[in-house]
Amino acid sequence: MEKFNVFASRLLPKEDYLCSGHRACQGCAEVLAMRLIHKALGRNTIVASATGCMEIISSPFPETAWNLPWMHVAFENAATVASGIESGYKALMRKGRIPQRKINFIAYGGDGATADIGLQWVSGAMERGHNMIYVCYDNEAYMNTGIQRSSSTPFGASTTTSPAGRESDGQATWKKNVTAIMAAHDIPYVATVNPSYPFDLFQKIRKAAAVDGPAYIHAYSCCPTGWRMRTDLAVQIGRLAVETAVAPLYEIENGKLRITQPIEKIRPVRDYLKIQGRFRHLKDTIIDDIETRLHQEYRALEARQAREQEEA
Amino acid sequence: MSVRRGVEVSIAVAEAAGFCDVDVVAAYPITPQTHIVEHLASLVADGHLDAEFVPVESEHAAMSACCGSAAAGARTFTATSSQGLALMHEVLFIAAALRLPMVMVVANRALSGPINIWNDHSDIMTERDVGWIALFAENGQEATDLVPICHRISEDPRVQLPVMLNFDGFIVSHMIEPIEQLSKEEIKTFLPDFAPVQRLDIDNPFTMGPVGMPNVYTEAKMAGEHAIRASYEPIVEIFKDFGDKFGRYYNPVESYRTDGADIIFVMMGAITETAMTWVDAQRDAGTKVGIVRFRLWRPLPADDFKKAVAGAKVLAILDRHFSPGGPGGPVAQEVKYTLYGTDNAPKIVEVVVGLGGRDVFPEDFDDIYKRAEAVLNGAPVPPFELTQVRGGHYGKI
Repeated sequence: MEKFNVFASRLLPKEDYLCSGHRACQGCAEVLAMRLIHKALGRNTIVASATGCMEIISSPFPETAWNLPWMHVAFENAATVASGIESGYKALMRKGRIPQRKINFIAYGGDGATADIGLQWVSGAMERGHNMIYVCYDNEAYMNTGIQRSSSTPFGASTTTSPAGRESDGQATWKKNVTAIMAAHDIPYVATVNPSYPFDLFQKIRKAAAVDGPAYIHAYSCCPTGWRMRTDLAVQIGRLAVETAVAPLYEIENGKLRITQPIEKIRPVRDYLKIQGRFRHLKDTIIDDIETRLHQEYRALEARQAREQEEA
Repeated sequence: MSVRRGVEVSIAVAEAAGFCDVDVVAAYPITPQTHIVEHLASLVADGHLDAEFVPVESEHAAMSACCGSAAAGARTFTATSSQGLALMHEVLFIAAALRLPMVMVVANRALSGPINIWNDHSDIMTERDVGWIALFAENGQEATDLVPICHRISEDPRVQLPVMLNFDGFIVSHMIEPIEQLSKEEIKTFLPDFAPVQRLDIDNPFTMGPVGMPNVYTEAKMAGEHAIRASYEPIVEIFKDFGDKFGRYYNPVESYRTDGADIIFVMMGAITETAMTWVDAQRDAGTKVGIVRFRLWRPLPADDFKKAVAGAKVLAILDRHFSPGGPGGPVAQEVKYTLYGTDNAPKIVEVVVGLGGRDVFPEDFDDIYKRAEAVLNGAPVPPFELTQVRGGHYGKI
């Protein structure tokens, strides 16, 4: 990876398929992740989008930021729409109605569309084995409707429906591990990505596109608006999320887990929390509890990786 | 060539979809539709039909997958009933707004609650505003013939809308009927290959389903309204072409023995067949009564209907659904809309019959006829009535 840092601008394709002119907020890491994902996938790609920030900001008729065939149907069903597109293409190619070509079918949903309202649809599409990629862009709340909590909101975060107050420390539940749920579908490829690590993201998307069958990508994406943070820290916070073990980067390829950005010494989680207004209210004891659990979770990932390496 | 054989209607309908060479079937099991998609799954499994069968995890997903498949430019088919149709509700509007050609068979069944798997029209009548073309078949032959007709209507470049084909659950879907089934070759002469006007294409990317702000939403709705109203002419033309090719002519509105009828019964679906038997007996006895039924329900063939009932003094309208606390049954509401303000408009007696699988017998028509006859003889028009209620309308149960 080190050598990539030097030649970064030459190693990513110049072409953009999610183009300038979209209406994303300043510092939005979702749209950054998406742009990188499409650099990796290239032009032979068809996109199905859930309702959400990325749909709203990229498609206000008569404008569009998409240089790809793109379709939006509803909130919960982007995975299923993509599975339908894939099935249609599969049948038409097999029957000789259209030429045989390698096309990437990709569906996007936010954390609400993936972890909450659309969990069934994503699960169904992954289980049925369609040759497609599902990407959850996780900004840890319903940002499009004004920062309401989802099941992917981290413990302690203050949102408009899990507000911190005299009787509340913010979100009272631990973040739902959707990546693990998707890995439990025994699909060929599952990975977490983060736009602050563009080459890690790029390689994982290329792998996801290459596998025969479904791939699930969980994209950690900060939302400065909803996280109450400075927009110029958008890339830095992605780095901090990995270094503090808040959002480790790993992949599960044919059931084998590999941590792609190993952490030698986990950074104090305070470094991550203190730059976000959504965690401003947290007491030291709660921060300590968060840190303990994050460490446990990261150690569990390491242990699984070591166990699987040993078995292999 | 087509042969006449005894077959369960669901199987004949599935065979017809197979002969239409559908590319994608996405479906979820629900009684009484299930035999249709089961048979399609076996056609695919046995190699008789080259299609992707997508066994989704809910009806909402079935309709979502159909949207994707139609947008890919594949000929798309699904079937559902009742709760399944209700679960699709959200996506139905979008399929029509995106102008996605597809055919959905609805074996009509009552909506919960209480949960009930038997026939009435509450499932389809609560979906009147979704923007789909909707047709009702009264028997298996018609249901089977309408499958290729629906695909051709849906895919016609002048139409490009999803089409819903309704017939009564169990009463039609599970009936074993003598059906003259068109062969694949015959259907091929009637139904050309699907040539989508627009598809998600990597060589010609476009954005499907964008955000419609207040500055364009009204225009988008108007475009949809124009599209479905303008589908009337192609529908009639396609009905005629089918008749010219295969000898069975279908019309948007059907009339039965309405010549000189003072009282006309108006209804949809399979009870028309019982009603025809009853009308034959009435006509033999010299009673001037006939039947008019809607085959095409959306777009509403208002002019055909007006012509069909011209001269009648009383219409007895049989609904299979009603709006609680509202203006009665949907067919009656829409007939009133059609006739309001016209000269010599007939009086309207509204009844709701056959809810949740309650059988409708010839004696029920006798009873309804008496009400209509009283109005014909000058009695005031009664309010809409839920008939067949033990203890009577608003009576003791």
